[in-house]
Amino acid sequence: MASTGSRPAIASPLAVAWSLAWREIVRFFRQRNRIIGSIGTPLVFWLLFGAGLSGSFRMGTGTGGPSFLEFFFPGSLLLLVLFTAIFSSISIIEDRREGFLQGVLVAPIPRWSMVLGKVLGGTLIAVFQGLIFLLLALTLPIEFPWRWLPALVGLISLAALGLTSLGFVFAWRLDSTQGFHAIMNLVLMPMWLLSGGFFPVPAAAAGGRWPEQALHFAMRANPLTYSVSGVRQLLSPGLDYTGSYVPELTWCWIVTLAFAGICFAAAVAVSRQPAPGDSL
Amino acid sequence: MITQATNTKPAQPGVRRTTSLPPSAHVPDSVAIETRGLSFRYGQRVALSELDLTISRGEIFAILGPNGGGKTTLFRLLSTLVPMQTGTATVLRFDLARERQSIRSQIGVVFQAPSLDRKLTVAENVDLQGRLYGLGGSSLRQRRDELLAQFGLSERVNELTERLSGGLRRRVEIAKGLVHSPELLLLDEPSTGLDPTARNDLWRYLTELRAAGTTIVFTTHFLDEAAVSDRLAILSEGKLVALGAPEELQASVGGDSITIETEDSANLAAAIAQEFGLAARELEGTIRLEVPDGHRWIARLVEAFPGRIRAIRLGKPTLEDVFIARTGHRFAGERRDS
Repeated sequence: MASTGSRPAIASPLAVAWSLAWREIVRFFRQRNRIIGSIGTPLVFWLLFGAGLSGSFRMGTGTGGPSFLEFFFPGSLLLLVLFTAIFSSISIIEDRREGFLQGVLVAPIPRWSMVLGKVLGGTLIAVFQGLIFLLLALTLPIEFPWRWLPALVGLISLAALGLTSLGFVFAWRLDSTQGFHAIMNLVLMPMWLLSGGFFPVPAAAAGGRWPEQALHFAMRANPLTYSVSGVRQLLSPGLDYTGSYVPELTWCWIVTLAFAGICFAAAVAVSRQPAPGDSL
Repeated sequence: MITQATNTKPAQPGVRRTTSLPPSAHVPDSVAIETRGLSFRYGQRVALSELDLTISRGEIFAILGPNGGGKTTLFRLLSTLVPMQTGTATVLRFDLARERQSIRSQIGVVFQAPSLDRKLTVAENVDLQGRLYGLGGSSLRQRRDELLAQFGLSERVNELTERLSGGLRRRVEIAKGLVHSPELLLLDEPSTGLDPTARNDLWRYLTELRAAGTTIVFTTHFLDEAAVSDRLAILSEGKLVALGAPEELQASVGGDSITIETEDSANLAAAIAQEFGLAARELEGTIRLEVPDGHRWIARLVEAFPGRIRAIRLGKPTLEDVFIARTGHRFAGERRDS
């Protein structure tokens, strides 16, 4: 008989997180519908809205303003990140329902390492898809400074980390994917719509009409606004966005970083609470 | 019975990874699991009530009970899936309320619901589990290959688990639970959904494991399955109603068990009770009696009620008789989902 306590097998939490993230990536590539779902939808949105709205969209003072396709591109990119985050969050519910999660919950690992695994997996998938989507930017008449690519990837990664963590917070206590759709429609989609990705953040002009003012502040309070604007500024710095509110790039970084940090901390905090699904 | 309402606050997983506390000093090394006054509620509903239980190392121990009897709750507590509420418990001499991470590294858990990732292969599932327990590199590969060979899965290593049959999946599940060579293996309803062949295989593996020194604790609602254990606990409505070796419990019912099949069970049971003063229980069209010297009683009964007995059977009391004797009602588990 083995003696007690002779072999404390404690894994390194980072190694565990990486193993769990790797699982997410393997699963992603084995589920082709997910690739189609998360790249396809933003792509279709971008093309259809881009084609449909380009006639009525005007921005900037002279001819230096972006076309709607150009304007909408960063928003579509963030939409893709959002969809990937949503898929990743739904997979927590599935993990719980299918039983995989319970095996992880009774493993000798800290909860933050489990959360990091899930969120890191979702983030890497989002960035990977984002890079594919970025290739489409080559078709746009914009001058993207390629040396900024690492910064762009960094910003997208932070936004993805934040959104995936936010999805985790909502998904943790749910035991059905239907419940998540409500969250998606009530929280995540409005958050994207008010991010300045789809339409510009109205400028806060003195004496402006109050609905516009309200919209301005609602959008300024939305952390995603800063991610979208940051991506836009990195992607096409030369374009003229006069007439809309554009936060400073530094603020875009700070807010996106803080958003990611706060959401991740919240995800770790909720993961320490038992979920109703564990007792079914 | 001891009533202790201590330490109701669950240990936070992840906060403290290793423990410097000594194992609970009062528990001897030969004890694998000990619970005292262990209770658990889901809201208002009491799922487990004042459970006192000691399981020794090296045993195959069954937790038998009908559905809703509390066995799955006990399993969830022992496997550290749900936090302790009331009472005390040690697993491998670690305190279940405070030293969950230490317990986790030394127990293997096989859930009733499959915990395999269906989109991963057999090898990937086992590898991932190994990494959760701090294994890696060539030692993990070696351990995985060894386990999969032992469970007859060498041919299916690279197959996605979603393509495997229920029996094979259960084997992967157990292999997964054993990857870190736990001292204690906990299984929740391990044979649910298995055909008889797969079930026999499962018991062969578990017996081999026990022979190698692993303590095995499993829950079941199959009476025949509980009978293969070294010792068992019967839970009904959250309470421990019987504890001991199967033969010991069966012997405690006393003598022999007589089963009578008849057209008219209610009247005949009443007549037997009146005539001989025996506690004849009428259950679903049959009558059961526990008597010493069963062979004599058979003759007397057949003579006393000519034509009213269609068939009469003599046997040793079963675990079902134990359950009936201790709870006064029939064991409902076996028929539910078998």
